[in-house]
Amino acid sequence: MSVNKIPVGPFHPLLEEAEYFELKVDGETVVDIDLEIGWMHRGHEFISESKTFTQSIFLVERICGICSTSHPLALVHAVEDIDNIEIPLRARYIRTLIGELERIHSHLLWIGLAGHFIGYDTLWMWAWKYREPILQMFEMITGNRNHYGMMRVGGVARDVDPVIIPKLLEDLDIVDQKMVMIAGAAKDDPVLRSRLKNVGILTHQAAVDLCAVGPTARASGIAIDVRKDDPTDAYDLVEFNMIVQKNGDVYDKLVVRVLETLESTKIVRQCLEKLKVVKGPILNDVKEVSEGEGIGRYEAPRGEVFHYIRSDGTNRPIRHKVRAPSYVNIPTYVASCKGIPVADALITLAAVDPCYCCTERTIQLIDANRNPVAVDLLKLSREKTEQVRREIHD
Amino acid sequence: MTRWLFYLLVFPGFLFTTILGLLIVWVDRKVSARVQFRQGPPLFQNFNDIFKLFGKETMIVKESARTVFVSAPIFAFGMIVLLATIVGLAAINRIGFAGDIIVVMYLMMIFSVAVILGGGSSGNVYSSLGAGREIKLLLADELVFILVCLIPIIQSGYKLRIDEILVAQESGVFIGSISGAIGFILGLLCIQAKMTLPPFHIPEAETEIVEGPFMEYSGPLLAFWKLSQGMMYVIYPALLVILFLGGFKWTGIGILYSVLKYLLIVVLMILIKNTNPRIRIDTALNFFWRIAAPICLIGVVLSVWGL
Repeated sequence: MSVNKIPVGPFHPLLEEAEYFELKVDGETVVDIDLEIGWMHRGHEFISESKTFTQSIFLVERICGICSTSHPLALVHAVEDIDNIEIPLRARYIRTLIGELERIHSHLLWIGLAGHFIGYDTLWMWAWKYREPILQMFEMITGNRNHYGMMRVGGVARDVDPVIIPKLLEDLDIVDQKMVMIAGAAKDDPVLRSRLKNVGILTHQAAVDLCAVGPTARASGIAIDVRKDDPTDAYDLVEFNMIVQKNGDVYDKLVVRVLETLESTKIVRQCLEKLKVVKGPILNDVKEVSEGEGIGRYEAPRGEVFHYIRSDGTNRPIRHKVRAPSYVNIPTYVASCKGIPVADALITLAAVDPCYCCTERTIQLIDANRNPVAVDLLKLSREKTEQVRREIHD
Repeated sequence: MTRWLFYLLVFPGFLFTTILGLLIVWVDRKVSARVQFRQGPPLFQNFNDIFKLFGKETMIVKESARTVFVSAPIFAFGMIVLLATIVGLAAINRIGFAGDIIVVMYLMMIFSVAVILGGGSSGNVYSSLGAGREIKLLLADELVFILVCLIPIIQSGYKLRIDEILVAQESGVFIGSISGAIGFILGLLCIQAKMTLPPFHIPEAETEIVEGPFMEYSGPLLAFWKLSQGMMYVIYPALLVILFLGGFKWTGIGILYSVLKYLLIVVLMILIKNTNPRIRIDTALNFFWRIAAPICLIGVVLSVWGL
């Protein structure tokens, strides 16, 4: 048996970000996969320690461009957790509204990308076209198409103008219609079905062992969803179903995401209806945060995002830890990619909807005066690049 | 002698097919773009691309088998020009020779062989994987394509000349019979596979193996590949028109019919291209050998019975 190495990454059309996976293949069959994360380091946790809590919101928003409200939501949950800050009812509905709209656009984005990865560019363009009304709704509500800057400790920054609610509901109907169409086109297409069914199976046991979260876990039959398990904001006030599938293949991951999008439009509609009647303040002004620790969880489109904050009573955290969902989902490749053809392995890599720049952290050793100890990061990075280059050429 | 050189280099060979091919590629890109709610490129975009590529530097990888790597695209381009001349002469000037349909089938296969040589010699792991896939795809579609070509040969009374196949269709085109219809549909799919268009763009698979065999090509060498692919857009649909739809006529209303027949096939190809995901190589093999080949064999038997 001759084993070839196929490098996927650090730069590859399949990955929007720099990441490196080494597929060891025998002919067309993947016999093993090597994951090497750690190609990006932006120092978000470190920068956050030098910012105030409100400034940090804008910082963590930029951890991920797609799920840009999940990180701020988890952060404000963490800070509110320190002092058990109550937030006004209207603000809870607005938070859920933003979160769910984001889920719709994120899932639509994934459907499009998945279409592109399996060479179905029409699905890609169509999914992204129908994502556009969602972005316009965001612009109407928050003033931005992405990076909304809506979350604040104790509430939200902007109110939803009652005048625009009928228009939003109207737009939502269009999105709903298009979603049903895409769901039909994606689920019932025989070629697509034969291409994705029984591909890259992540068994229930493997998903439990590897601690998968989000749609990746739910496609493997694990009923796990922070919105249900630990409801924050308005999630205990709205009706929705958790979508769980059994097989854990790429097709089920597609089905979970498509059906979740329809559930999200349901939640958004309920929130908008409530916002017509629920009046009151949107921001509970928090003057200071006391000493202590807090955790914040939120079900991002890709799974549970977790923030930890330790405060010393000033307006800045002394430790801020972020764990993105992709960090636990990426190791599932090892379980789901072995023994399948290369063509299947690559769509399996994309099927967990990985977000690498959310995931990546580095550790730098520093002494008491914050001077680097032992290794210079830049030097390390260059050596690594050189090493990988040599390995590929051997 | 000059007449034959004219046929080879100007019309219907190199110059005519190249220009028409690049225009048809524009049609493909434009229609695909409109299907996908995009604007699409301007009319002369492909010409600009080709001219730009000819002005670029050619980079040759150290690990590559240099001679094969350089000669493969030029060799393939030569084959396609020859193919264009033979098909064009038969379709337009009604000049053929005994066994030209067999030569056409060979030349189409040789193009794939050139792709395999070019991909395999470049010393890149993606390219060699793509070349391997091209071999499998060639094995998959070749049998069905030969059977498809047999149907018009049998229906025309065992004539192995393209111009005589055309003469036999004066009284009625072959697609009108059951076997002809089977042959046309399967022929369309074979052509899709031979041109490596979706759903059979398995050897090139951009998001998997990064254009496969063509990955290491740059500059003029890449331009030769692109030109060959553009010319295929002219030759392969034209071949289908010749084999099943009665060929081209250049008098009166016949011109309109000829253009419509040709465009019908191009539009069908673009639609198939835009409504299907890429299938796996084993699915393609299964499809061609287990489903398409038996159906085509039935078509051949039916054509022997004159149906």
